Amino acid sequence: MADAMRAETVTLAGDGGDIIEAYFAQPLEAGPRPGMVVIHHMPGYDLQTKEIVRRFAAEGYFAICPNLYSREAPGADPDDAAAAARARGGVPDARLVGDVSGAAAFLRSQPLATGKVGVIGYCSGGRQAFLAACSLPLQAAVDCYGAFVVGTPPDGFPLKVGPLDRLIPQLGCPLLGLFGADDQHPSPEETAELAGLLEKNHKDFRFHTYAGAGHAFFATNRPSYRPEAAMDGWQRIFAFLAETLEG
Amino acid sequence: MCTYSTRRLPLRGSGKGAQGWMAVTDATVYFDHPAHAPAEHTLNIDFLNPSLGPAARVAVELDRDSASLLADAIRELLAAG
Repeated sequence: MADAMRAETVTLAGDGGDIIEAYFAQPLEAGPRPGMVVIHHMPGYDLQTKEIVRRFAAEGYFAICPNLYSREAPGADPDDAAAAARARGGVPDARLVGDVSGAAAFLRSQPLATGKVGVIGYCSGGRQAFLAACSLPLQAAVDCYGAFVVGTPPDGFPLKVGPLDRLIPQLGCPLLGLFGADDQHPSPEETAELAGLLEKNHKDFRFHTYAGAGHAFFATNRPSYRPEAAMDGWQRIFAFLAETLEG
Repeated sequence: MCTYSTRRLPLRGSGKGAQGWMAVTDATVYFDHPAHAPAEHTLNIDFLNPSLGPAARVAVELDRDSASLLADAIRELLAAG
């Protein structure tokens, strides 16, 4: 497989038709390709998330990460943008869905797109990946340690998030969940509760919880990085996507 | 964990950011992931002036013990002053 790729900042029509920034990576070798929407974590549209986008392109996918903070802080440094968005209450759920919808449409508009698109998110993006998969026509979803898919946020909490369990009946695609046993949000009890609700609703899902790992074990630039869990997690992700997006 | 725990408050004062001194009008205080500090979670404070844009920010990320020491010191000094 040729490994050349092109990766660059683009714009696309997000929620409400707003033009937002996104980072798009595509393999240069011709061929029909599925797509992946990458949802960045709460600290922002940063270098590490862009590396993840390129990794999906290296594996043969069209991959894109919309900058969820484009409106609050166009052109700002990722950390300043994240701070500005947090100060305004975070990303509203409805807007997230609109932005992911726009990103998926962008991928499907590529001349060599197969039309199959998955979504993956980390941390707050894990919750948002689940939200998108319950709200949009997608073919695969990966939730990496997203908190508050079930459970109630703490009191005095000004960000615009809440539990999503009421949406579970609408989950329209297979779901892969990767979690750390030492994480508290989501805790193993919360992921077990989510698994029970998914079973009850006859959903196709596979969850894996890694012993010795906590939150953000995929994050190579943080002390939470757990190489064994992350390497195994990447293998599970690509096996899942081969089954759901390439079959 | 991703705590999302956040408080916002208005304030009056000044801070020195990347562009020099500026008035600060708001603060966001949260115990969550840092952008730079080598810890999973830190007590983060953003001193902001939203009217000057997202870069008008003085940010600190403190480990839990440091944040407690800072809070104690502020309260002691205010009580004595």
